[in-house]
Formats: sequence, C-alpha cells, structure tokens
Amino acid sequence: MKRIDCLRVIYPALEDCAVVTIMGAVAAELYSLGHRANFFYLEHAMGLASSIGLGIALSQPNRKVVVIDGDGSVLMNLGSLTTMARSRPKNLVHLIFDNETLLSVGGGAPGGYKWFTTATSTGTDLAAMAKAAGFPRAQLLRELEDFEEAALDALNGDELSCIVAKVEAEMPKSFLMDVHMLENRFEFPRALQQPAKRKKGGLT
Amino acid sequence: MPVSVANSQLVYDAMKRTGVTLVSALPETWLVHLIRMADEDPEMTLVRLAKEEEGVGVSAGAHFAGVKSAMLMQNHGLLQAVNGIVGVSLLYKIPLLMLVTDRGSFGEKDPWQTEGGKYTRPVLDALHIAHDDLTRPDEVEFKLSKAMTLAQSSLSPVALLLNRDLMWEEPQ
Repeated sequence: MKRIDCLRVIYPALEDCAVVTIMGAVAAELYSLGHRANFFYLEHAMGLASSIGLGIALSQPNRKVVVIDGDGSVLMNLGSLTTMARSRPKNLVHLIFDNETLLSVGGGAPGGYKWFTTATSTGTDLAAMAKAAGFPRAQLLRELEDFEEAALDALNGDELSCIVAKVEAEMPKSFLMDVHMLENRFEFPRALQQPAKRKKGGLT
Repeated sequence: MPVSVANSQLVYDAMKRTGVTLVSALPETWLVHLIRMADEDPEMTLVRLAKEEEGVGVSAGAHFAGVKSAMLMQNHGLLQAVNGIVGVSLLYKIPLLMLVTDRGSFGEKDPWQTEGGKYTRPVLDALHIAHDDLTRPDEVEFKLSKAMTLAQSSLSPVALLLNRDLMWEEPQ
C-alpha cells in the first residue's frame, strides 16, 4: 500500500477538518494533492503533531481534527497516545502511516532501501499500543480498500480513533512545498477560527 | 503539607484572569493545589500530560484554535520540553505561558533538586525566553497579566518562575 494512494482516498473528506501532519514525505504528498488553509505541516519537533491535534480537538470540540503521523514520530512521543486516550476527544482521528523506517530524516533511500528502521519493523504494533493505551478504536490496515473503509468510517464517526496504515517506505515524487512554514502557521489558525462556512442547507 | 494554598489560589485566579481556559500539567509537590484547582474548575480544561514536551504541542494547538492556555511544570519539566519549545513555540512563533516551579534554589533541602536548579535561568536565557520570578503575593496578579500580554504580542514563550517564598510555607 502506498501513502499517496491512502491520502488520495481521504483527501475529499478533509475539507472541513483541521489537519496536522508531520514533516517530510507525508507533508509533501498531502501538499501535492492540493494545499488548503486548514492543513498545518509541522516541519520539526517530531512527535508533537499528535499533541497539537489534541490541543485543537479539546479547544474546538465541534470540529473534526485529523493528525497524519508516522511511526518514527509516534515512537518519539509514545506518551501522547496515553494522553489522547485519557482526554478522549470524540473529534480526533490519529492516522499513522507506518513504513517501518525513519524515511524522511535519512533512514530511507531511493529504491525503498531502509537503513534506519523503526521498531515497527521488528514487531511493535502501534494500533495495539493505541488500543492498550485506551483508544476506543484502533485498527491496523494493510490493503487500500480496507484502509479507505476504516479511515472514512473514523472520519465520519464520533469517537477517538487510531488508524494505522502499513505503507511502503517510498520517497515522495517531490519534496517541493511552495508555502512558507510561517505563512502556513498564520493561515491555519485563521482558517480554524473563521465562522463556519455556509453551504446549501445551512451551517456545516 | 506546607504548600501554600492561599498563594496557589492567588496564582490560579490571576492565571484565569489572563483568559486561560486550558492548562496542561505534570505535578510536583509545589503544584498540587494549582493542579487540583484546575481539575475542580468546570470552566478549565486540564490536560494531564505524560511528559512536559507534549504540553508545548497542546498549547500550540489551543492557540491555533483560538484558546489561551498555560503549562504547569517543574524546572526539570522545562528542561524536558526544550526541544518542543524550540521546534514549535520559537520556530513557529507561538505564544506559550509557562509557570515553572523554581526548585533547587536558595532554601532547597532536597539534594536531588539542586543540580537542575542551576540551569533553569541559564536555559531560559539561552533560548531568549523572557522570564520573571513570582516571589511575593502582591506581585502575582500584575506579573501574570503582563506575562500573558507579552506572550501574545511577541508570539513567544514566556516563563514565570514560582519561587519557594511564594509556594512553600515552612512549618513553624
């Protein structure tokens, strides 16, 4: 399963969400599908994307918050799984792309060669850890169809969820992101704090 | 326990008057009343952290969502959170109000607190984080108010060091 294909199938569902991604491949690939002001790419501080998502989810309980994380980042802040689980905001989806390597910080190479793998490559199961931390819902998916069903179900659902997708350790086609991190930093809260968009049939 | 309830209440009330509605925290002895007050206050969201660095992220998220927040931690918690402070608050210019207990300074009886106490201010200074001490009850209100004002206007972390003289009442 490829990360970019997973992102493609959930992309339309992210329109009204607050989306926080980690740095590197995930950010570049989400950006390549079309940047939106409600996407925040955390370009440093590995591990804290989930904490930022938790802060948003607790502060705006009526907005769906999606954290798009990676195995390397999650392993740097494992306690966050327990903090999210005990806070248990219903509007938070923790999506983890598990490529079993620290791809974007030099652990991967073209051709899928992995020279710095993470512990998920030797059996650590992040979905099981999330479940054991107290997430009401945590699933690990290996096939795109299963991922799509689980991720969309979580995005449309009403409980704290952790969706772990086993993906290939593949570099993005490009790391180009033509939005400066500070521009992104200021447009993101503006998008989150503007009044809800009016659509046909009323407020969304 | 000789942690000052009255002064903890002063700090809590002053913090709340700055508009804080979300507090993330890890406990230490001097913070027990402050954290209990946050827990018992229906208007406050208390996030119990596993490690302090998480709180930097939680506060950044709250800021993005338009909510004012604060972190309660020991000085060793500050040391623990430094990477997050640099990689989130400073890098992204995000306000962060930190209330840090000043363990390991004059009067410290616990030997294990004395090493960390030597680095609290040098670390804050190295990061160019504005900081001040809360020592007397009569300075709590205005210093907290001014600290929050500076955090919001400078889009930066600021720290208030909760001193022994404020937080601890020596048994008579």
